[in-house]
Amino acid sequence: MTTATARISRPGHATAKPSRNKASRERALAWARRGPLLPALIFLIIVTQLPFVVTLIISFLNWNSLSPGTTGFAGFENYVTVLTDPDLRQAIFTTILLTVAVVLASLVIGLGLALLLDKKFIGRGLARTLLIAPFLVVPVAAALIWKHALLNPTYGLINGVLTWVWSLFGSGNAPQLDLLSQAPLMAVIVSLVWQWTPFMMLILLAGLQSRPMDTVEAAQMDGATPWAIFRHLTLPHLRQYLELGGLLGAIYIVQNFDAVFTLTSGGLGTANLPYAIYQTFYYANEYGLASAAGVVVVIGTILVATFALRTVFSLFKKEAAR
Amino acid sequence: MSTLSPSSVRVTPEKSSAQVVRRRGKSRMDPTRNNTAAGIAAWLLALLFATPVLWMILTSFHSETDAATNPPSVAANLTLDAYKEFFGETSGVSPWPSLINSATASILSTVLVLVLAIPAAYALSIRPVKKWTDVMFFFLSTKMMPVVAAILPLYLFAKTVGALDNIWFLILIYTSMNLPIAVWMMRSFLAEVPVEMLEAAQIDGANLLLTLRKVIAPVAMPGIAATALICFIFSWNELLLARVLTGVVAGTAPVFLTGFVSSQGLFLAKVCAAAVVISLPVLFAGFAAQDKLVQGLSLGAVK
Repeated sequence: MTTATARISRPGHATAKPSRNKASRERALAWARRGPLLPALIFLIIVTQLPFVVTLIISFLNWNSLSPGTTGFAGFENYVTVLTDPDLRQAIFTTILLTVAVVLASLVIGLGLALLLDKKFIGRGLARTLLIAPFLVVPVAAALIWKHALLNPTYGLINGVLTWVWSLFGSGNAPQLDLLSQAPLMAVIVSLVWQWTPFMMLILLAGLQSRPMDTVEAAQMDGATPWAIFRHLTLPHLRQYLELGGLLGAIYIVQNFDAVFTLTSGGLGTANLPYAIYQTFYYANEYGLASAAGVVVVIGTILVATFALRTVFSLFKKEAAR
Repeated sequence: MSTLSPSSVRVTPEKSSAQVVRRRGKSRMDPTRNNTAAGIAAWLLALLFATPVLWMILTSFHSETDAATNPPSVAANLTLDAYKEFFGETSGVSPWPSLINSATASILSTVLVLVLAIPAAYALSIRPVKKWTDVMFFFLSTKMMPVVAAILPLYLFAKTVGALDNIWFLILIYTSMNLPIAVWMMRSFLAEVPVEMLEAAQIDGANLLLTLRKVIAPVAMPGIAATALICFIFSWNELLLARVLTGVVAGTAPVFLTGFVSSQGLFLAKVCAAAVVISLPVLFAGFAAQDKLVQGLSLGAVK
């Protein structure tokens, strides 16, 4: 309606009216711009933000669904339990160790692979495809394969190959690994590094290929050694890609549930926070405690995310300048 | 070597062109030699990384007795028994309902994501709202919230309203899980539409629908397709939410797979067959989106 009047009003009609009409028309235009955004925004607030507010409230309650009579306000009691209970403290430690180990190892291996794939060689496309394959196996399926087909102490592929290699040299007693019971967290780390290295490789390869080649060629002409070129040209250029890969990887691996659940069922000190929270509310029905642990994960993620957002933002700023 | 800055390594003009050509020729020779070594190293590592996948495929075509040997029986006879077993020939337990549930949840949530994300991305790139960068970072921040921080209220809500073990509830949750990533990816793809083309369309008097169909869609279509494939993969892979929110009726394929976590006896070939069947859609979708995979996974930050 306001836009209609604005259209009819002619210049020089009245001094105050057109400007008010102009303002309301601008407002209508602004809303027309916002319109397409609103469904997504509202949907997301309802489905993700509201539940978190509820989690926050429950985290201050003493609530176990198995004993309904004792429900009540608990203050910070749940948070104290999260930080003092040996199992949950172990879970916090495991989460940090798992995330840092997997992110660092897959970044380093991913960088090596990206540097190799950056060179031209026969069958590069096929090699790249083979290297992406681990990332495209359903995580639960990948964890099952690692558990049963690769790491199984009696008939897994790793011990099978060890037996085969030793038998080539005429030896009947090959060393046999049992990672799942002797170093279960290592088993989880190895399987996750295998799955996440392709992700890091892809991001770093894209970074390498966006490198300005004229400076590299000029450096080569001036007789710079490959190491000097890598150290002083390639690595500084890759820095933001390393950060981006590391932080995006960290956000996904902090939340990992599939590998821990499948490989070790959280046994022998491998339970990370997502698994511990799942157990606390799904089996122990400790709703208050599980929520407090959930809030602790969010606080931890926010710490990581602040850095992640800064990195994404620095890459994003260049594009937003368009 | 700290003097190696771009300005100091630039070729000085007094160098004769013959000298430059000679040195270029030499520097081109070195990489060729390195490339053979790099090629061999890359191929060995590629095969090492692909071994678990190739072993999974090979074992799925072996009989159970051949699958469980030490040392491994690589050259054993091939058979489809494991696949017949997985599809319930003797046990009568069919994986089809879970596969259909997974397909339903993944496809419908991806459609919903596109319906919500395309207009949102339009309002963030082509005709951007004020403070559109803030909106972008709000979307991203919701993705950074771990699932475990919201799963209990979702579970309690579903339990109260009777939406537990209902595929539609899972579809809505998957939509919210993928929406922020989709908005980010899609914005980066829509931002690739040249401003000049949009202006030209406007001058020619093209209406919104025509602009969308003739100008934006041709440029953004590959990106939209890649976004859809990546969202499909994330939904198809999801386990925690499906395990908590579904049961016997709406259980998805990953939930079905967890039945193998603590199996005993001879079942290795069957596990491999199951893993192959359930990973096939993801492998197809991933390789189909291969060109745009990096841009998508890095939320559009990397081209």
